[in-house]
Amino acid sequence: MDKAATAQNSFWNDTGRSGLTAWIFSTDHKRIGLLYLYSTTGFFLAGVILGLILRIELMAPGRTIMDPRTYNALFTLHGVTMIFLFILPGFPGAFGNLVMPIQIGASDVAFPRLNLLSWWLYMAGALIALSSLFTGGGPPDTGWTFYVPFSTRTGTNVTLAVFGVFVIGFSAILTGMNFITTIHRLRAKGMTWGRLPLFTWSLYATAWVQILATPILAITLLLVMAERLLGTGLFDPGRGGDPLMYQHLFWIYSHPAVYIMILPAMGAISDIIPVFSRKPVFGYKMIAFSSVAIAAAGSLVWGHHMFTSGMSDRAVLVFSLLTFIVAIPSAIKVFNWVSTLYKGSISLEAPMLFALSFILLFSIGGLAGLILGAAATDVHVHDTQFVVGHFHYVMFGGTGFAFFAAMHYWLPKFFGRRYREKPAIIAWGLMFTGFNILYFSMKILGMRGMPRRYYDYLPEFADLNLAATVGSWILALGVAMMFVNLVSGLLRGEPFTGNPWGGATLEWSVATPPPTENFAEEPVVTHGPYDFTAAGRR
Amino acid sequence: MDGQRHTIIGYGTLTAVWVALLLLTALTVGITRLELGGYRVLGALVVASLKGGLVIAFFMQMKSEGGLLRLFLLIAVVTLAIFIGFTFFDVLYR
Ligand code: HEM
Repeated sequence: MDKAATAQNSFWNDTGRSGLTAWIFSTDHKRIGLLYLYSTTGFFLAGVILGLILRIELMAPGRTIMDPRTYNALFTLHGVTMIFLFILPGFPGAFGNLVMPIQIGASDVAFPRLNLLSWWLYMAGALIALSSLFTGGGPPDTGWTFYVPFSTRTGTNVTLAVFGVFVIGFSAILTGMNFITTIHRLRAKGMTWGRLPLFTWSLYATAWVQILATPILAITLLLVMAERLLGTGLFDPGRGGDPLMYQHLFWIYSHPAVYIMILPAMGAISDIIPVFSRKPVFGYKMIAFSSVAIAAAGSLVWGHHMFTSGMSDRAVLVFSLLTFIVAIPSAIKVFNWVSTLYKGSISLEAPMLFALSFILLFSIGGLAGLILGAAATDVHVHDTQFVVGHFHYVMFGGTGFAFFAAMHYWLPKFFGRRYREKPAIIAWGLMFTGFNILYFSMKILGMRGMPRRYYDYLPEFADLNLAATVGSWILALGVAMMFVNLVSGLLRGEPFTGNPWGGATLEWSVATPPPTENFAEEPVVTHGPYDFTAAGRR
Repeated sequence: MDGQRHTIIGYGTLTAVWVALLLLTALTVGITRLELGGYRVLGALVVASLKGGLVIAFFMQMKSEGGLLRLFLLIAVVTLAIFIGFTFFDVLYR
């Protein structure tokens, strides 16, 4: 970062320590946010490369570049990296830390040191999980879900990988506790709950899920370790155990966890769309309420991952019904975003393009979710490429694209420099095109019966698989272009000053880049987060 | 942080709670010996909840905490109860 470009008291100039230690031991929420940003995007790029390799294997039937065992290990690594190292910590860790304290008018989070510890735990967990690749029986091959009985029997190094994920869980719990306390206790004068920006609302709902659900993952993973190391028999029917209990426990966490992934993304979109529509958000209260409703209802639907597992029919009925109920608050959000656009003065800049494609891709993914949530249709597409297409639409097309929207929207504020608009838009176009070619093909393949997690397939699936692989190249080209443009722009681009997009939330009222203490004097909030006239937009 | 308010619980109470926990542990083991069928799990869960409640109230001093923290605790307990309860849609009818 070019120091000359930054304001005198900007958080970039806050020296006390020097070099790397000024970062990895800093308790400033903005520095911790950037640490999270660098580490999660680093893992994301690694995951993309793994995804591309998987796609090359699937380019043609039969063995293309690897044997089945390698394929199993690679999709496990790809899944674990994307889920536990990128998408779960990504939004809360990076943008939650960067933006949320400023949005509520605070000078930092409630427990800055705990915040730093969260990042350290995350990194430690990541290193432990990754070291499982090179130690013991080698890379785990269970898939990211670590299902028993396979995960307790395979000779690969599941124990260490699971322990790494266990440690990362603590990082999530600490972040959740920190954010809840911060939002309750550190809001500036006048920042009532009804004036909380929707991104902050979504982080609040997310934090509750992090606190309530993550311990269950921790226990579940400990039980897998106990089973492997001590042979407790908890999941072994031969000794009175129950293998389905593992699936219950795993999804009791992991389904709410998909809301940890998507809620902050929805929050960011709710902040971006009004700004680029030049119009207050439609239905503020309902969007805020639906975040909490999604967090609550989303915790009750885990059984829809188990329709074909042999679970009781009554449970299938209950979980299927509940799944349809979660669709309601999600749809409320989509309708509110679209209503915000209605008669707005829309400006199609990079953050907005990503935000708009989020709405489309998330809706496609979400509607496919209903096909999976209906027990009758799920039986046909369970464990097929349809599922893989579905969750990439919501996780990548949803959260991923929202993450990119957030990068283009907020990062210039923190770096004081901006990216070039044209390459950003071309990159977006490539990604959007490649994405749909890739994952829509996978959905059709799944509908036609191609199972997931296989390195080979029947010859009749060849055409669409080739198309999907070509799509993955277009997508990757877009991703590469976006990152190159962002990095070069944020480091050496035109200066970014003031509030060019006219945002009305507090982060746009502070200096660019923000000072270490965020606010020169404690702010007093007199208007809502989307009251653009009161915020004095040109 | 609220450093002023600090309730001190006497050794007598702590010991009593500890003994109660031991007795309840014995009860947990005892229950597994009885022929209670499906109610065995229920029994074990009730005893476990009592034990958890004692630990939270006394050792974690929730007894002397204010309303907001109690509310938060309630949310956590209700969530856990729902998680456990809902698995019985499967376990009881499989
Ligand atoms: C260029 C980007 C990507 C490509 C080419 C890609 C491709 C793939 C492929 C081919 C599979 C395996 C399908 C199978 O045989 O079952 C897969 C699985 C998976 N992907 Fe991706 N993916 C990409 C990005 C992402 C992102 C951004 C996420 C999450 C945020 C993600 C999460 C997952 C997960 C969780 C699995 C399942 C792993 C398992 O079965 O255990 N992927 N992906």
